Amino acid sequence: MDTLLDVENLWVKFPTRQGLFDAVRGVSFSLGRERLGIVGESGSGKSMTGRAILRLIRPPGIVEADHIKLGDDNLLAKSEKEMRAVRGQRISMVMQDPKFSLNPVMTIGDQIIEAYRLHSAASKSKAHAKSLEMLRAVSIRDAERVMRAYPHEMSGGMGQRIMIAMMLIPNPEILIADEPTSALDVSVQRQVLDIMDRLVKERGMGLIFISHDLNLVADFCDRVLIMYAGRVVEVCEADKLHEATHPYTQGLLNSLPRLDMPTDRLEVLERDPAWSEVPSVSGRA
Amino acid sequence: MALTDRTGEGRASLPPWIKTTFLTLGSIAVTMLGLLFVTFIIGRVMPIDPVLAIVGERASQSTYDAVFEELGLDKPLIVQFGYYIWDVLHLDFGTSLLNARPVSEDIARVFPATLELATLGIFFGIVLGVPLGVLAAVRKGSWIDQVARVVALVGYSMPIFWLGLMGLLIFYGILGWVGGPGRVGIFYVDVVPPVTGMILIDALLDRNWDVFKNAFSHIILPAALLGYYSLAYISRMTRSFMLEQLSAEYITTARVKGMSEWDVVWKHAVKNIRVQLITVIALSYATLLEGSVLTEIIFSWPGIGSYITTALLSADMNAVLGGTVVVGLVFILLNIFSDLLYKVFDPRAR
Amino acid sequence: MADQTFREWLVTDTPTSRRHAKLSALYQGWLTFRSNTMAMVGLGILLLLIVVAVAAPILSPHDPFVQDLGNRLAPLGSEGHLLGTDSLGRDILSRLIYGARITLYIVALVALIAPIAGLLVGTVSGYAGGWVDIVLMRITDIFLAFPRLVLALAFVAALGAGIENAVLAISLTAWPPYARIARAETLTIRSSDYIAAIRLQGAGAFRIITRHIWPLCISSLIVRVTLDMAGIILAAAGLGFLGLGAQPPSPEWGAMISEGRRFILDHWWVATMPGLAIFTVSLAFNLLGDGLRDVLDPKAGE
Repeated sequence: MDTLLDVENLWVKFPTRQGLFDAVRGVSFSLGRERLGIVGESGSGKSMTGRAILRLIRPPGIVEADHIKLGDDNLLAKSEKEMRAVRGQRISMVMQDPKFSLNPVMTIGDQIIEAYRLHSAASKSKAHAKSLEMLRAVSIRDAERVMRAYPHEMSGGMGQRIMIAMMLIPNPEILIADEPTSALDVSVQRQVLDIMDRLVKERGMGLIFISHDLNLVADFCDRVLIMYAGRVVEVCEADKLHEATHPYTQGLLNSLPRLDMPTDRLEVLERDPAWSEVPSVSGRA
Repeated sequence: MALTDRTGEGRASLPPWIKTTFLTLGSIAVTMLGLLFVTFIIGRVMPIDPVLAIVGERASQSTYDAVFEELGLDKPLIVQFGYYIWDVLHLDFGTSLLNARPVSEDIARVFPATLELATLGIFFGIVLGVPLGVLAAVRKGSWIDQVARVVALVGYSMPIFWLGLMGLLIFYGILGWVGGPGRVGIFYVDVVPPVTGMILIDALLDRNWDVFKNAFSHIILPAALLGYYSLAYISRMTRSFMLEQLSAEYITTARVKGMSEWDVVWKHAVKNIRVQLITVIALSYATLLEGSVLTEIIFSWPGIGSYITTALLSADMNAVLGGTVVVGLVFILLNIFSDLLYKVFDPRAR
Repeated sequence: MADQTFREWLVTDTPTSRRHAKLSALYQGWLTFRSNTMAMVGLGILLLLIVVAVAAPILSPHDPFVQDLGNRLAPLGSEGHLLGTDSLGRDILSRLIYGARITLYIVALVALIAPIAGLLVGTVSGYAGGWVDIVLMRITDIFLAFPRLVLALAFVAALGAGIENAVLAISLTAWPPYARIARAETLTIRSSDYIAAIRLQGAGAFRIITRHIWPLCISSLIVRVTLDMAGIILAAAGLGFLGLGAQPPSPEWGAMISEGRRFILDHWWVATMPGLAIFTVSLAFNLLGDGLRDVLDPKAGE
């Protein structure tokens, strides 16, 4: 399998009053044309990993790595201006809540057209046609009306589909989805996931799916990284997740109710400080 | 059942903007009425006898009584208030006791002077204050943020009349760069025909460049002074609005799209503070229109602020009340205007 | 050693009593405040101002009212008159020192009257709701719609010029924003569960407002008052400048500028010195207000 992205020894640090705080500590992994899940509780550094790849960590935050290779380019060696050609066009990101991630005072059409025209010299009318096509691709029926609408007039599910359309319109190689369904009603979560899945497959993209939901990730992804306290503690194939060996992963699994194995009492996750001391497991395929 | 459905439908078919318009108009009317009531009460509380002011000290008791009756002072207060409202609705503020001219004429003459000064002032305030605030927010903690902070602090702390005096001393008295007090030099008074009452515009209409230049040299210092005060406020508010927007998630979205930082700030973030900025700008414009009393006095600027003050000091109550009502009205109108602009700039408010 | 343990007692995470917790919170606030250099500078200037005002008779080199027409308009640094003399030959430095008393007097009175009036109107309005709220807020709006200085001018003109009337006039124009703040706080507090609990225990409206709502409004009001102080000083000076505040020969700073204005081109220091004094004091209040806001009301800070 060809490798789209290769991350080696990634650290994200933030200065605090008590010295440097390490949010991500020596994470390494690679991504092919696959769906890679990153799971962890809040504060485990999973979102920071996603944002560090796009170099979106703003000062005073610090990003360090041996390399973050996109194809043959080391993203860390790029200037801010060169990075702008990467963002959107080669790596894109869908965030948690469309209520906040869409600009409230711009029409949806303007925002999608903008995303397209930033990376192509297409005329306005061509960009408009392309945006309509993209909206239809995410199963939005009256795309013409939606183009003229404002984000507050959309439901959460619609908003997230619009977000996906906007992020995929420049045809990137990699999509980072950061908790894309956590803010949505359960009833539309599946639909949004299916749309994202279909588009990613059709286009042969790589997907990094960041979530706190272990079952969802096991169900949806090919491979899973489990993060704890800024480190990758375990890597496994999604369908073999139930054979995971790390006590943290097992703890996570055991704390979830299962229909096929009913228990009287769910286990409480016990955390061992030693887990955060062991070096990161490599997430290379 | 069918009946209730129909009424429900009927109510829904009434466009919402009609309801909001009525509500707005109602609230304006009430505020205006309150404004008139307060000015009315002040006029009655004043330890000045309006009759005596007209008839003079040596008038006979019968003349006094005649004028007393003519002014309606024998009627109950509520009736007098009614008369007062009636007069104001006809833009009749009575005659000035000082120069025996209708107060409304005086106001029509002095208001353009204030308008000209305040407009130029707010122009400086916006053009310099908004970019300064935006930059201070984008480069939070940098030297430009510190400069913006000091500029605002000094603006908040400096007595305007003193700064005006110092400005006159330095730029007029010592350096001679600008014109002195007044709107134009003595040789340029009444040279151009008063069309708008704003000398800069009148001079332009008349294509009289000498008058324009002279008027500009006179207005620049007071306008810069007022501009500095609104700049202090506008830049501070802009900064805090921008900081709030820059931490919003849609800003990350714009960055993820591959947008340059400049465009992220000016095309996305600034668009979202327009509504808040309008309120702030309207507020400081209103303050300049009404509150430039001290500046007008320092610079002998014949505007509404110095008109009201002079009238106050010479106990010309009709002029004071008329001026106050007009200023209050301007304030209310500005508020309505900024409410309307809201709806243009924020789709959520439509 | 004893000092060390007292400090530790103050910064503890596990307070042993209500008073302990209160003192500890105060101390933590003071630590935050102390780390703000500019706010400390502001506090220092204001403390100095109070000392100067109290010790005016000792500090001032001359009697601020004694005229010396033979030595009028003496320049800066002339013998015996560090800051020169004014048009009647009075020592400017001594007048500035005595003027500090007037400034403090005005500030203290306005700071007592306006926020308390605003607190009363705001909490009653917010707690009572209904038509009481509507009427009170309408009145507040009407006062807000007035040009502040013009309203103050009108009141002074109606009541007669003088320092007490100037204070009253400034307070009359200053209360509406406090009423707004107090009302907003009251609205959020009123609907909270613990107020409902107190009501169930049989507390009346008066007790709820005075014992439970007022204490919670105080901190945001204090911040606002401190930040408004500069504006109050400037307004008082403005009234003095127009001849509507303190009357001559009182050494009020605004009135001193007004006197010096006539000689501004030839004898600039007469108007400049009192202006600098006003500027320094209002700057100090602004700095202090910024610092206090960071401690008491971190949400409002930027």
